[in-house]
Amino acid sequence: MPERTPLYERHRALGGRMVDFAGWEMPQQYSRVREEHAAVRQAAGLFDVSHMGRVSFRGDGVADYLQRLVTNDLAQVEPGHAQYNLICNEAGGVLDDLVVYRLPDGSWSTVVNASNREKDVAWMRDHAGAGVEVLDRSPDTALLALQGPRAESVLATLASDLDLAAIPYFGVVQGQVAGRPATVSRTGYTGEDGFELYLPAERAAAVWDGLLAAGATPAGLAARDVCRLEAGLRLYGNDMDEQTNPYQAGLGWTVKLNKGDFTGREALLEVKEKGPDRVLVGLRCGERTIPRHGAAVSRDGEPIGVVTSGTHSFFLGGGIGMASVKAGAAPPGAQLEIESRGGAGGAEVVKLPFYRGSVKTAVSSRQAG
Amino acid sequence: MGDRRYTETHEWVEVAGEVATVGITDFAQSQLGDVVFLELPRQGRKLGAGESFGVIESVKAASDLYAPVAGTVLEVNERLAANPELVNKDPLGEGWLIKVQTEGGLPDGLLDQAAYQKLAESGGH
Repeated sequence: MPERTPLYERHRALGGRMVDFAGWEMPQQYSRVREEHAAVRQAAGLFDVSHMGRVSFRGDGVADYLQRLVTNDLAQVEPGHAQYNLICNEAGGVLDDLVVYRLPDGSWSTVVNASNREKDVAWMRDHAGAGVEVLDRSPDTALLALQGPRAESVLATLASDLDLAAIPYFGVVQGQVAGRPATVSRTGYTGEDGFELYLPAERAAAVWDGLLAAGATPAGLAARDVCRLEAGLRLYGNDMDEQTNPYQAGLGWTVKLNKGDFTGREALLEVKEKGPDRVLVGLRCGERTIPRHGAAVSRDGEPIGVVTSGTHSFFLGGGIGMASVKAGAAPPGAQLEIESRGGAGGAEVVKLPFYRGSVKTAVSSRQAG
Repeated sequence: MGDRRYTETHEWVEVAGEVATVGITDFAQSQLGDVVFLELPRQGRKLGAGESFGVIESVKAASDLYAPVAGTVLEVNERLAANPELVNKDPLGEGWLIKVQTEGGLPDGLLDQAAYQKLAESGGH
């Protein structure tokens, strides 16, 4: 039996086509992916991302514990701010990517991928010493993502006591949304400006309805995937996994080897010294080639890697993707061949991202899971 | 126009005289999501029943298309080159894919409306 979010009935009522995603029954799309994508890029799209895992921490030793758990430097994170992070295993393989929040009251919480929630919580508990409590808050909370250049004005109609304009990129505040307490962060996974709203599960429907009434367009997982790929954002399970280290995934900027000890540090130090044996590159295809996950990639007939993600970009009007290739084999501008149904298709190696939107950019922390 | 028949791979065929019109079902287009482009055969190509005659690419996936009947391709829906979304909007009408000059009538094993409905409701497998 698949799991359902508190908004399941809303998705059905809106005509959402429900599909299985990491064991959750989620809306793939409500109307056309093209229209939902356009709403995110030009106005405001609303995603239910309650399938993602929400974990909070209690205890005196939490800050030190988290600093050893993740790769980025949490000592740089002030209360009211969040940071993109990775959890690696001892071998330096990526267990998950996640956002770590330091709430205004100084307490810590994270959002992890739905597909990794149980694995992450078990890992977090295994590594927690005395005095650290790991709380899986997913079942009693909901998470909405409101994304697009109009996100701020749409949210303002429900959050009149919050100074939304004052929330920086990756900032987090607590206040009233639709008359009840909520946590609001300026984060997302689309390349647009926007907010993520953390709510008690029983408040999800009222806030969802309010945001739609204020002009947001409901958007499903298919539009979310196109948006994140256009923005060059990685998807765990596609673009990286436990056999991938952060340098191979182009996420070396999240690894702070000088911050003190953390899980995976020794292995990552070695990778960094040698340089990764493979790297993630952007692929730009023509109108009639879509790179698909798992497709072989070659250059001048020589196999050099594999497509990790791909889709049709409505923004660029053609196929885009990411591929994991032999280091040095595919510099920007290189012409590659991509295995596809209709024979080989062509692709050019380009720098990521494919698209820069309204996101209040800060290059060093441009990702949210 | 005659009765519409269906394949287990989610194509439909409708025969008028010796000409069969072929498309994909509403269930298939809804599963695929937004169609981005199609690879369709040239006019004059001979097809065996069950043979792959092209590929449909959506945002989500690439899928092979299979001929419900044997015959020769008479006509390809040229409008789909510029407007692939017709397959989503009107899969049983304006979103048809090819017309085939049939050879040997309808093969056994095609589904009628009721049987196909049952297949779609069970999730399409």
